[in-house]
Amino acid sequence: MLYRETGLFKTSYQADQALFTLTQDRILIGLILLVAFAIVPFMVNDYWSKAILLPFLIYSLVALGLNILVGYCGQISLGTGGFMAVGAYGAYKLMTGFPDMNLILVVVLSGGIAAAVGVLFGLPSLRIKGFYLAVATLAAQFFLIWMFNKVPWFYNYEMSQITVPPREVFGVLVTGPNSEPASQYLFTLSFVVFFTWIAMNLVRGRIGRGWMSIRDRDIAAELLGIKPLQTKLSAFAVSSFYVGMGGALVFTIWLGSVEATEAFDIQQSFFVLFAIIIGGLGSILGSFLGAAFMSLMPVVLKLILVDGVGVVPVDAKHIEIILVGVLIIVFLINEPAGMARMWQIFKEKMRLWPFPY
Amino acid sequence: MDVLYALLLQPFVFMAQEPLIFAETVVKGLMAGVLYSLVALGFVLIFKASGVFNFAQGTLALFAALTLVGLMEKMGDGLPKAAIVVIAIVATIGVMILLAMIVERFVLRPLVNQELIILFMATLGLSYVLEGVGDLTWGSDVKVLDIGLPDGVFDIGGVYVEQLDVVAAIVAGSMVTVLAIFFNKTRIGRALRAVADDHQAALSVGISLQQIWVIVWSVAGMVALVAGVMWGSKSGVQFSLSLIALKALPVLILGGFTSIPGAIVGGLIIGLGEKVVEVFWYDVHGGAVENWFAYMLALVFLMFRPQGLFGDKIIERV
Repeated sequence: MLYRETGLFKTSYQADQALFTLTQDRILIGLILLVAFAIVPFMVNDYWSKAILLPFLIYSLVALGLNILVGYCGQISLGTGGFMAVGAYGAYKLMTGFPDMNLILVVVLSGGIAAAVGVLFGLPSLRIKGFYLAVATLAAQFFLIWMFNKVPWFYNYEMSQITVPPREVFGVLVTGPNSEPASQYLFTLSFVVFFTWIAMNLVRGRIGRGWMSIRDRDIAAELLGIKPLQTKLSAFAVSSFYVGMGGALVFTIWLGSVEATEAFDIQQSFFVLFAIIIGGLGSILGSFLGAAFMSLMPVVLKLILVDGVGVVPVDAKHIEIILVGVLIIVFLINEPAGMARMWQIFKEKMRLWPFPY
Repeated sequence: MDVLYALLLQPFVFMAQEPLIFAETVVKGLMAGVLYSLVALGFVLIFKASGVFNFAQGTLALFAALTLVGLMEKMGDGLPKAAIVVIAIVATIGVMILLAMIVERFVLRPLVNQELIILFMATLGLSYVLEGVGDLTWGSDVKVLDIGLPDGVFDIGGVYVEQLDVVAAIVAGSMVTVLAIFFNKTRIGRALRAVADDHQAALSVGISLQQIWVIVWSVAGMVALVAGVMWGSKSGVQFSLSLIALKALPVLILGGFTSIPGAIVGGLIIGLGEKVVEVFWYDVHGGAVENWFAYMLALVFLMFRPQGLFGDKIIERV
């Protein structure tokens, strides 16, 4: 009853092409943004920021990037961790090489570097497809991590663990251990919101339709005049751009100091892949839901197992792994289209609620 | 110039000067390749029969080895060693068959007709479960696996070859032969090939998909057991054993997902290339290349044959 299209008349092309055509959607999004920008920063403390909010936001950005590649363009990639590392090390080199550079620019530029690397490793996608490609992208994962550990230039000839120097944005400290959780949170949130808006417009425009046609039937798309070279490589570029920015944020804001083999190993790639599959392939909302599920589940499980039931932490770790595995399988069996689909079904129900016929 | 020298000339000079080291590297590489092939074989079996890209194969090997070690420890010293080994192996095979049934019932059957990537993710989830269950039941410390395989070295004209590697090669060879006979000559083997060809056609002539899947996963479990025993005897049974799946993946794409000979040849090429590059091109890369070199090598091959060396030709239609 509350949630329906009835009575909404679009009278201009602008209204027809709006991102959110439903008034209810606009109100909901506005409310969420209001809470996220105006209320949460005053309540956030170090634990909430570091353990829950930052991982969720950053993984949302990364999941969004991977979803563009896997969900929209249909090219399975297992190299996410490697591209995140490119973003992180790019940010480190930029910050130490150009100390005066604005952090916003640093993050965006590291995304750009990751995009260039992504295109390079995306080149095989023109020749190989499906699982062969998935395994080939693992080459990116292992090679990049090895390179960041082996070539001293990347960590400025010091220890292979890189640590972020303190930087201010508009006079507020956002990186390093002394920064306020609220400012870190707001910085990350702004990035996520802005680039989500970009992605939403990308995927519904000409570029996004090209990606989807390649995903659905690549040869047919080619016959229709969609160039596989540009389309696939642009998907790799945009995807790696997002993933690289996510990696840069992991390094600069969230963790503060990282080691390539630990922070960006292959488990990261699987983690993000799980997030988009559980969230929903080919859905912006799904990226957020999946990232929320994957980053919150360990926290909740730990809370229940260790603090609630009192299991020994070592056993709890094993139980957690088992539960994660079981949950993933259960999820895939019950709703292979992901949480985004569940949200859609819920919306359908809400249209008729409380008088379903 | 220095780089070019180190890349193009020096390794070959080195090889010519030290033929013994070269021979030993080649042998070592081939033997390592055999072990990769063992893991890749399990992948191929499952992929052929169900189209599932089974990421859990590595964890399956770890799980099998853990179960074997755990059972042998439980039985203690009351019996002669040989008896313990035999009983433990039989029991582990039983566990693997049981596992195959559980997987078929609770993972594969509900996911029939789903997209391949969903099935792939399900096996990833499965590998988490197996890892956790294995650690929880048998503990996560490194275990020594000793089932009486020889551990000395052969000295063949100055080239040292580990006896364990030779045993692994023999086992792999006989396993491939047995599998080839199984696939080509038996009734079940023919049914397996029919399922691999076309699920629906196989169903329509009365082949039970569920039964076939249980059989395939059991066979893959036994292959995993062999791989787990070989790797476990070499380097102890521990978590890193499950990572050999990552070593087997480039073998797979190199040889082709659907080809058993491909798994063997791919494994040999990768093992050989990896060891030779590791030893002779050390000055160029500075070590620790085995993580990614195999993937790069496989990528180069894929550029020319996108379906792998022996994979089924990819025919694309709109």
